[in-house]
Amino acid sequence: MREITLSQAVNEAIAEEMRRDPTIVLLGEDVAEAGTPFKILSGLVDEFGPERVVDTPISEPGFTGIAVGAAMTGLRPIVDIMFGDFLFLIMDQLCNQAAKTHYMSGGKLKVPMVVRTNMGATRRSAAQHSQSLHALVAHIPGLKVAMPATAFEAKGLLKTAIRDENPVVIFEDKLSYQEKAPVPEEEYLIALGEACIRREGSDVTLVGTSSMVQVALDAADLLAGEGISAEVIDPRTIAPLDEDTILASARKTSRAIVIDEGHRSYGASAEIAARIAEKAFYWLDAPVQRFAAMDVPIPFSPELEDLTVPTPAAVAEGARRAMRGELFHAP
Amino acid sequence: MEGNRERNADAYLRMYRQMLRIRVFEENAHQLYLSAKMPGLTHLYIGQEAVAVGICDALEPTDRITSTHRGHGHCVAKGAGFRQMFCELLGKSEGFCRGKGGSMHIADQENGNLGANAIVGGSAGIATGAALSAKRLGSGGVAVCFFGDGALGQGLLYECMNIASLWKLPVIYACENNHYGEYTHVSEMASGDLLDRARAFGIETATVDGQNVLEVNEAAEGFVSRARAGQGPFFLLLDTYRFHGHHVGDISREYYRAKEEEELWKSERDPVSNFAKWLRGESVASDDELNRIESEVRREAEDAVEYALAAPYPGSEEVDMHVFAEAG
Ligand SMILES: Cc1ncc(C[n+]2csc(CCOP(=O)(O)OP(=O)(O)O)c2C)c(N)n1
Ligand SMILES: [Mg+2]
Repeated sequence: MREITLSQAVNEAIAEEMRRDPTIVLLGEDVAEAGTPFKILSGLVDEFGPERVVDTPISEPGFTGIAVGAAMTGLRPIVDIMFGDFLFLIMDQLCNQAAKTHYMSGGKLKVPMVVRTNMGATRRSAAQHSQSLHALVAHIPGLKVAMPATAFEAKGLLKTAIRDENPVVIFEDKLSYQEKAPVPEEEYLIALGEACIRREGSDVTLVGTSSMVQVALDAADLLAGEGISAEVIDPRTIAPLDEDTILASARKTSRAIVIDEGHRSYGASAEIAARIAEKAFYWLDAPVQRFAAMDVPIPFSPELEDLTVPTPAAVAEGARRAMRGELFHAP
Repeated sequence: MEGNRERNADAYLRMYRQMLRIRVFEENAHQLYLSAKMPGLTHLYIGQEAVAVGICDALEPTDRITSTHRGHGHCVAKGAGFRQMFCELLGKSEGFCRGKGGSMHIADQENGNLGANAIVGGSAGIATGAALSAKRLGSGGVAVCFFGDGALGQGLLYECMNIASLWKLPVIYACENNHYGEYTHVSEMASGDLLDRARAFGIETATVDGQNVLEVNEAAEGFVSRARAGQGPFFLLLDTYRFHGHHVGDISREYYRAKEEEELWKSERDPVSNFAKWLRGESVASDDELNRIESEVRREAEDAVEYALAAPYPGSEEVDMHVFAEAG
């Protein structure tokens, strides 16, 4: 199968959907000629024109609100939020308006829109350009949240999100944009709410989101050398969350570790770990562990920044402790 | 270039040196990026030196400024030393922010710089709040909010300008119109007359040539002293240009900015060399004197870079320090 980058996968998904559905418009800063600072959307304006691929002023709440209104009245907007950190600027439009409109209107109005943004640290971008804020929006009923780990998921999830009748927020990992993965030429969709088992195993379940899937896979490699068999699960969307796949795996292996790049406290890792603890408790042989970003603003200094994110070595060590049945407090 | 001849040569040379310090600081920062010694990206201030210097020279050290992602110039102009600045850019513990902030968050509390900001327009509230403090505490201080033309898209700015005008706060909104926000021309981002935004709130405005440090300084002196006297807020629009890309990685720019336009600004409207020319023409300084200043500044920068490169990184115990302030 051909391999393309995550960035190309996003571009293809949008192009295919825009060809299929003329009501789709793309709004964001420097999305047209510049194709975004990450060059993800290059070429789209040439094919679809500046009426559908629209450069906006630096007015995130404004153009997100406009997208909400447009979505309620016949368009299907894709909003580009250049950095996940800028979600804080659009929280009212996203969480008070887009998320609640369908419910508040008794099902009469709907908001079919996609917010594409990114996440992830270790790019030396400091505290306002490095956050992973997916848990904040996943907390809000009415929003769906997708976290593609590879180009394959990026394309399949985005196409589904565009066709969804609800607001969907997609977080792409900044450092993965140039990562390649096999992506079929033929059209495919990935349902929201279907996890994928990336590696089968029998001793310990590693649930990883976004780039933490790779951390989990690397940890699984380390463990395999020691005779520990790790199963790696990628939920792919955290809202809705495919609980069944995660619980089935935890019950099978009897040990579970959750790895997520959001902050540890009140984060996605906490939610997933809580569900395992609640619903697989009697099958478990060790406490559920969590690896997440430290509860600190992401520091600029590389020496400090690298300490704030989960590593394969730390995850593998967690798995070893779980295997030994040691009593411990997870870090 | 028209100057106020009565002003003494010291002030002119002080401003010249500061502009040159910004230029040379940025050249070194660029070099550090190109040689892969600086983590991350940075936004160079080269071309806009007269704005930061002309305004900050009108301020007292106790006056406050807020800065932007393109913030090295403001930091230097407000009085920061090179060593701590380069240490910050390299993520070293002796940096102004102990390496935790980096280029986009550099701040210098002692000299009244409340910090650069990685959120476009994100400091409008902070600067206005500093002006509120100055007024309530009776410090006589003034706050300057530096922001780019791109920040005119941010609603927060308008909320703050409205409040500042209602409350007569001693704040000056300094809009550095370098004609582009990232890769888009200001004409595609801001409708109508830029000054009308401030006028709508009853805020007095002025437009100045941001490449002429004396013109900037004169306008700033006027607004600052009147803001101190309780006549603020004010809005200053500065026509300027960034000579480099949006950030150091923005190399191929022709698709949004013509090479000829860049060349024209660099050759005709370089604020540093034009001011040097003026200083020579008015016999404020000789070639020798200007050359001496330049070599001093270059030596200062070299020394600071060397110092910063050798300086230690913060220890791992720093990573969860400063999340919360201690009592007292
Ligand atoms: C709220 C927000 N939106 C978008 C960005 C990304 N961004 C960084 S700088 C910039 C352009 C800013 O233009 P301007 O204010 O004119 O400043 P200049 O870069 O020209 O100095 C943009 C869009 C950001 N940092 N913050
Ligand atoms: Mg600008």
